[in-house]
Amino acid sequence: MKNWIKSGEPWIWTTAGAVALSLVMVYAVVWLTAAQGLTHFWPKPVVETVFTGNDGQAVRLLGEVPDKEEVSLLRLREAGYKIDTQDKFTYRYLFKLGNRDITGTDFKWFPAPMLDKFTYPQDVLAIERREWGNFYGHLKQVKEDGKVVAEGAQAWPELLKRMERSNALFREILYIEKVEIGKLNYALEKLRLQERKLELQNRLTDAARADIQKQREPLEANFLKLQEKIERLRHDIGRDSLSAEIMDGRIIDVPLAKVADAIMPNAMSVWEKIGHYVRKFWEFTTDDPREANTEGGIFPAIFGTVMMVLLMSVMVTPLGIMAAVYMREYAKQGPMIRMIRISVNNLAGVPSIVYGVFGLGFFVYFLGGNIDHLFFPEALPAPTFGSPGILWASLTLALLTLPVVIVATEEGLSRVPRTIREGSLALGATKAETLWRTVLPIASPAMMTGLILAVARAAGEVAPLMLVGVVKLAPSLPLDGNFPFLHLERKFMHLGFHIYDVGFQSPNVEAARPLVYATALLLVIIIVVLNLFAIRLRNRLRERMRGLEGV
Amino acid sequence: MEKIESNISKVGGYTGKRMAKDRLFKHFMTFGGLSVIIAISLIFFYLASVVAPIFMPVKMEDLNSLPLTKSARQDTVYLGTEEQAEIGVSMSKRGVVAFFDMRDGKPIAEEKIALPEGVEPVSFAAGDLSQKTVGYGLSDGRMLLLEQKFDVSFARDPNNPDKDIRTIKPGINYPLGTAPLLVDPEGHALKRLSIQHTDDETTAAALTDDGRLLLVSYASTSNMLTGEVSTKREGVELPPVPNGDIRQLLLDVKQRDLYVLHGERFVTHYDVMNKSSPRLVQTVELVPGGETVTAATILSGGFSLIVGTNNGNLAQWFQVRDENNNNHLTHIRSFKPMQGSITTIAPEYFRKGFLAGDNKGDIGLYYATSKRLLLDRATGKGPITVAAISPRGNAILLEGNDGSVMTAKVENDYPEVSFYSLWQKVWYESYQEPEYNWQSSAATSDFEPKFSLAPLTFGTLKAAFYAMLVAIPLAVLGAIFAAYFMSPKMRGVVKPSIEIMEALPTVILGFLAGLWLAPYIDNNLAGTLLAIFLLPFSFVITAYVWHKLPVRLTQGVGAGWEAALLIPVILLVMGVALQLGHPIEAALFDGDMPHYLSNKWGWSYEQRNSLVVGVAMGFAVIPTIFSIAEDAVFSVPKHLTSGSLALGATNWQTLWNVVLLTASPGIFSAVMIGMGRAVGETMIVLMATGNTAVMDLSIFTGFRTLSANVGVEMGEAAVGTTHYRLLFFSALVLFAFTFMVNTLAELVRQRLREKYSHI
Repeated sequence: MKNWIKSGEPWIWTTAGAVALSLVMVYAVVWLTAAQGLTHFWPKPVVETVFTGNDGQAVRLLGEVPDKEEVSLLRLREAGYKIDTQDKFTYRYLFKLGNRDITGTDFKWFPAPMLDKFTYPQDVLAIERREWGNFYGHLKQVKEDGKVVAEGAQAWPELLKRMERSNALFREILYIEKVEIGKLNYALEKLRLQERKLELQNRLTDAARADIQKQREPLEANFLKLQEKIERLRHDIGRDSLSAEIMDGRIIDVPLAKVADAIMPNAMSVWEKIGHYVRKFWEFTTDDPREANTEGGIFPAIFGTVMMVLLMSVMVTPLGIMAAVYMREYAKQGPMIRMIRISVNNLAGVPSIVYGVFGLGFFVYFLGGNIDHLFFPEALPAPTFGSPGILWASLTLALLTLPVVIVATEEGLSRVPRTIREGSLALGATKAETLWRTVLPIASPAMMTGLILAVARAAGEVAPLMLVGVVKLAPSLPLDGNFPFLHLERKFMHLGFHIYDVGFQSPNVEAARPLVYATALLLVIIIVVLNLFAIRLRNRLRERMRGLEGV
Repeated sequence: MEKIESNISKVGGYTGKRMAKDRLFKHFMTFGGLSVIIAISLIFFYLASVVAPIFMPVKMEDLNSLPLTKSARQDTVYLGTEEQAEIGVSMSKRGVVAFFDMRDGKPIAEEKIALPEGVEPVSFAAGDLSQKTVGYGLSDGRMLLLEQKFDVSFARDPNNPDKDIRTIKPGINYPLGTAPLLVDPEGHALKRLSIQHTDDETTAAALTDDGRLLLVSYASTSNMLTGEVSTKREGVELPPVPNGDIRQLLLDVKQRDLYVLHGERFVTHYDVMNKSSPRLVQTVELVPGGETVTAATILSGGFSLIVGTNNGNLAQWFQVRDENNNNHLTHIRSFKPMQGSITTIAPEYFRKGFLAGDNKGDIGLYYATSKRLLLDRATGKGPITVAAISPRGNAILLEGNDGSVMTAKVENDYPEVSFYSLWQKVWYESYQEPEYNWQSSAATSDFEPKFSLAPLTFGTLKAAFYAMLVAIPLAVLGAIFAAYFMSPKMRGVVKPSIEIMEALPTVILGFLAGLWLAPYIDNNLAGTLLAIFLLPFSFVITAYVWHKLPVRLTQGVGAGWEAALLIPVILLVMGVALQLGHPIEAALFDGDMPHYLSNKWGWSYEQRNSLVVGVAMGFAVIPTIFSIAEDAVFSVPKHLTSGSLALGATNWQTLWNVVLLTASPGIFSAVMIGMGRAVGETMIVLMATGNTAVMDLSIFTGFRTLSANVGVEMGEAAVGTTHYRLLFFSALVLFAFTFMVNTLAELVRQRLREKYSHI
């Protein structure tokens, strides 16, 4: 034993334990995100049971059970539950009861000892509503203009048929509201700014005013027409409704206009569930968010993230490569450049929030404010570039990721074998030609690696973005069909910020939690894939360089 | 690298063009590269340039004496300006209100107050500056309330269409009518007066010439239908002060407290919240015997009393609540004394600053919260009789004994900042004791901003400390194993895993820590702590069991795979510990450990605490430290280790005595860089702590860090304010700290690399 300790074996195992624990932690995080994020879209069974309160009164419960945990009875008793047992611990179930417009409570924990047996009635309807979250109830009737058209077993097929119609109408309304009216509003706002500009330049003559008015009139007429059309569609969509019995026995009418999706989860087969899963996942990635981001999809966040990262790449790549080429190929190698190199290296370690502060102060307030005064005086006091937006966000992140690209490119350049440069020069090429034709192409995978790492970092960075352009809900995408198509001054949504905002700032965190896990999973996947790709690329590059050295 | 230059001799034509292109490319790259580098360094200079103004001394122009008309400079009792500091106003003891141009003293308007026949003003009182109301006490026991008003209008400038011309028309107004209000029903002259007026209520305290102290209030109610204003008068006589002559009356702006200065050095505090039954609360000796109080005023907000003495001492007093909910007027802080005897003290409109003048003609501009003497100046005009600060605090007005009125523009935007207010305990208004506090904004305008960076810095260091507590052992030990013992095949799995760990966005770590780990630990505290405690032992025990196992079982699995073997052990130990957690809590802690800790042991427990942050931020920092430390250990020259092993040292001895000794600077720099990362991390602390700026070391409470504070408050800080610049200062501190730490670490590493190449 003594010898064994002396041999250092236990310490070696302890160091091994540190590695093992780190590995467990990494994979636990990935697994946790995946497990929570992937199950979000799977239709969950709806439980029916009876809760007997302290006063002996029985309440029927109807809802999903997303969570269960062991809890100390002390806590339960402190919360006011009277449970007659000697145990110190028991279980409690989290019920998602839905119907929060009717009953007021959405999520509630119930201690297991006060619950009856769980049953899973086949006719329970789970409705995803466009407002107020989910609805659970026993389907009773389907109505048209208040008159019953189907009851009992016929109700469900009839409901499916009518839902198709109402959803089609809803999409039509949405299209008009978002795209057509959006276009009109944009045009009207442009006219207003044009008018204001002329006024500021003292050139707003009556002729100009009349001209603008002439342009405005058809737009306004069109606007009225569209509104009429929406009115009509709204009337049409309000035709059908369903009625269902909720947990306290009341029969509630739900207009189909408010129904986004309805399923009977307890009666679904596995294949139906898989179909539902795929459909929900698709909706998640392509739909707009609803209900203060706690429901619906995250398309604008995905779009904003991609857009911002693309803009950033366009800025950071040439700048980073230029700086690296200068430092490695042209600058005089001495203590000065060594110092600069260390500083650039260290900038990668500067907290990202510092870049955010800089971006807000310098880009947004200073540059943006001046741009507004020079180029957009007609919109003042409303800022155009003088408030956070996607341009400033990507510029800030470009600055943040610049060191990553510089360091990677420099490494790539330093790995290009001397023999290759000498060969090129010996054949009579100039230095520029050598660089452009041989050295840079050979080093290009390294630059690519740098860029990918930069993109991965930028995609996951949130702290600086909170200051320079990310918002919880952007009214419009930074890219749309209105000239000039790319709107660099607009605010945008971002996956990482979405996680922070929905997980911590939303009024109904419990309801939003699965969605946040799904968003987190998406972000993790993007970043892990990008990183693995960069690692592969770098390894391949090293292999290739090793091969070249032998030449 | 040796320079390789193209040595093509200059030839014309095609080659010449190529050479030109080559030069162009070189210049382009040099220019571009240098600009990028300059742009990056701009960050530091920009941050510094935003921060710099708060540390600049207060600037004041030379005093400008105004040639005022005679009536405007007769027995002045009040000086003031409007918002823009363009028009000044002076009020004389006789009731003449004169408006003048602040730049050249040109008279603009002059008005005599509406006095009834045969009545003279005998006393004067200015209400809170933000209300712009003053009162004259009359010889017949009544008082006249008036209000300065400045009507601002804009007109288009005919010469410059982009600019509007602003005209300000001054005048006076009688908010409760031109008829004087009754104060003393017996009709004695009001020798001393103090008033406060708001739209609903007007209160006056007065001393009559026969020595009675009166309190009168007029409650104004406007009829909802007719809009008619009716006032209700209420008046009582206050209990007399215990000793001495009454010298000054001071009512606070909320019309709740009345301070009466009497004798040479006493103040008596009356609670006048209830106007029909005011109460004498206490009499306090303001200065020791032999010294005389010569001037006093109430600061904006109505909490603090500033008292000046004949020795030039200045002190701040306010009421402090004790455990029994009784208020005591307490000496809070003394300011740097002035040369002569204090003659006048003028408060600022909205901030906690004041301007004091003395009998030698010196003035001092002070700020209460930061205990700063911002500026002192000798006017050389004899005793200062009246002083005033403009509403925006950007100009001052003075009157010397010779009746000359002087003005000067002042640049005083950041008086709240001093070493004392940033880093030491400060006694804020309405607090029970001095404390470190960060509270940058509130709903009310008379709010005293609290800018102590101490709790934020403390929180930052606390976060980094707990993160490093988790990260250093795991990362450094892990790096040693990975670099020295691990089989190459396993390295192929571990290294990418660590890189993935590094790449995981901190927002996801923060989210999991805040929404999953924090409630989980809350519910399984005993189990979690047990798991942390048991894990190291389980490694050693596993090692022993492995050692004792028959050789034929262990033979197949070679050395270098210990980490893989330990993974199931870790999972098992964690599972068991967490299973045991609840029974342990049931047996030892009444079934709920956090509850037990806070109730029985008095340890406050927050769900989002330092333990959670330590784990989450440790997680974020591990890969940084791991990669650099592993690199340092791995690149220890092989001949050193081979030599040691050849001399008969065991693997462990070689590691301990040769490898670690050589690599220790590298490991040190790894830890430094990890530290830098932990200090600046924002999202994890933002999401996994409660973000309250408390200062205690407990692992079960939260904190607020500099970075999280910037993240939360930056968006809502108004540009150019002290708050805005202090947030930039926080960012600059983070920048400078991490940059220096990283540079140091990098230099250490470079020296190490050189050393390796020599041995």
